[in-house]
Amino acid sequence: MDIKSLKNYLYWLYCQFELITCSYLMEPWEKLLFYTFNITMLVMVLYTAYIFVPVHISTAFQFFLHLLGNQHENTVSLVK
Amino acid sequence: LKNVNEMLNCTKFVNQIVHNGGLYKRPFNEAFEETPMLVAVLTYVGYGVLTLFGYLRDFMRQWKIEKCQNATERAEQKDFVPLYQDFENFYNRNLYTRIRDSWNRPICSVPGAKVDMMERVSHDYNWTFTYTGRVIKDIINMGSYNYLGFAQKAGTCQEAAAEVLSQYGAGVCSTRQEMGNLDKHEELEELVARFLGVESAMAYGMGFATNSMNIPALVGKGCLILSDELNHASLVLGARLSGATIRIFKHNNMQSLEKLLKDAIVHGQPRTRRPWKKILILVEGIYSMEGSIVRLPEVIALKKKYKSYLYLDEAHSIGALGPSGRGVVEYFGLSPEDVDVMMGTFTKSFGAAGGYIGGKKELIDYLRTYSHSAVYATSLSPPVVEQVITSMKCIMGEDGTTVGKARVQQLAENTRYFRRRLKEMGFIIYGNEDSPVVPLMLYMPGSNFTTTCHVLKIGLFVFSFYLYVKCIYVLKRS
Repeated sequence: MDIKSLKNYLYWLYCQFELITCSYLMEPWEKLLFYTFNITMLVMVLYTAYIFVPVHISTAFQFFLHLLGNQHENTVSLVK
Repeated sequence: LKNVNEMLNCTKFVNQIVHNGGLYKRPFNEAFEETPMLVAVLTYVGYGVLTLFGYLRDFMRQWKIEKCQNATERAEQKDFVPLYQDFENFYNRNLYTRIRDSWNRPICSVPGAKVDMMERVSHDYNWTFTYTGRVIKDIINMGSYNYLGFAQKAGTCQEAAAEVLSQYGAGVCSTRQEMGNLDKHEELEELVARFLGVESAMAYGMGFATNSMNIPALVGKGCLILSDELNHASLVLGARLSGATIRIFKHNNMQSLEKLLKDAIVHGQPRTRRPWKKILILVEGIYSMEGSIVRLPEVIALKKKYKSYLYLDEAHSIGALGPSGRGVVEYFGLSPEDVDVMMGTFTKSFGAAGGYIGGKKELIDYLRTYSHSAVYATSLSPPVVEQVITSMKCIMGEDGTTVGKARVQQLAENTRYFRRRLKEMGFIIYGNEDSPVVPLMLYMPGSNFTTTCHVLKIGLFVFSFYLYVKCIYVLKRS
């Protein structure tokens, strides 16, 4: 039962997507073109995210650590 | 003493205008809800995608990759001024054609509460249609103007019309002024005058022609027409044909109208500064695309203050508003003598065809002589006249039953129920609470098409126009 309602919900979401982007009105080859373009763009965005997001996060983390690290060193020298 | 009386009259007049609450005897609920931001953005997204695909298809047609199925110029005319390059043709080719099987569908039965429709399919994506021959039966009709259900194939109206058909025939073959003036027409006009509460009335063969042919007879050059923003094409055409100066005020906005009236009185005609010969205000009872009702008490107060004339087009509101169906004047509790020209049509609530104009006897006698429609147009066909007479007598209760009054009250109940339930379901509905015209906003082109497809599958016929689905409520029989 849960699977069935989940499937219905997913189908409803797909219908909403079709209506909003008007791909319900397109001829089959237009739909193919549109979906190919969309899926290609989506895959490229996800791939770029997969490659670059960890590098960006670690660089940002290092940057903030550098900022905080400097302060820590200063306080340590004062204590000394 | 005369001065004191005049002063007292003036103060009474000022009270009528300033205390606006006193003008309205019942609450006036009109709403044009704002589009939600998300819906607006998504609608634009949908249109953007379709426009891109439209450019792609146009490119393919230009380079002969795809066969061009819409109208184009001939090869010899390629160097002439292009006919099909503007946005309207682009829209027609690429957007409208995709969804155009939702409307202009032929029906094959009387448009009562349920209607039969011919099934129609398209094998090349709506460029051409073929009829399969099957008839889809018993679709709930929400798109015709049959407000009170008088367009029937059985019943007193139909029997009376059939009898008159066998007596008079169907054709009149003459204009009203020559030999087309039957005793039936005289009977109809006397009945219409009694129904509206005016001195005299005149009936014409076509509702559109009533407006477009009679406004030129009433006003001419040197007169001013103040017309609502959303007036019907027949009023606009009549105003333009007359040659008068036309100024537009914002829809149902009384401040805009008052400003225009003040400017007209103060400044007069544009170059010569002479006073205007006549100022005519053109409004409709119910606006068919917005579902809004005119603010008639305020319009009449303004008309009296600035001494102008009022032309009220009650095409949709006659028979549909008011406790006994006498129209928007009765709905607000006003006197019909305040409206100078009361125009209406027999197409909507009476189930016939044609229009009428009612007013003072001098006005109607003048129109009998000078109206283009009286001189050149064929008069109403006798069975149609009899249909109007029978349905009008039914509404007034003169046929001895309370069927008419029951129908009018049922329509009011149905209108309120329909609007309330649609709002509860979450749709955006425009217009006044009491108007039987219910514009339901769908916004996205895709949902427009899908709604009309699916509601047809479940058995509802809606009249859809571009972004709007207009469901005009029809009296539901048990």
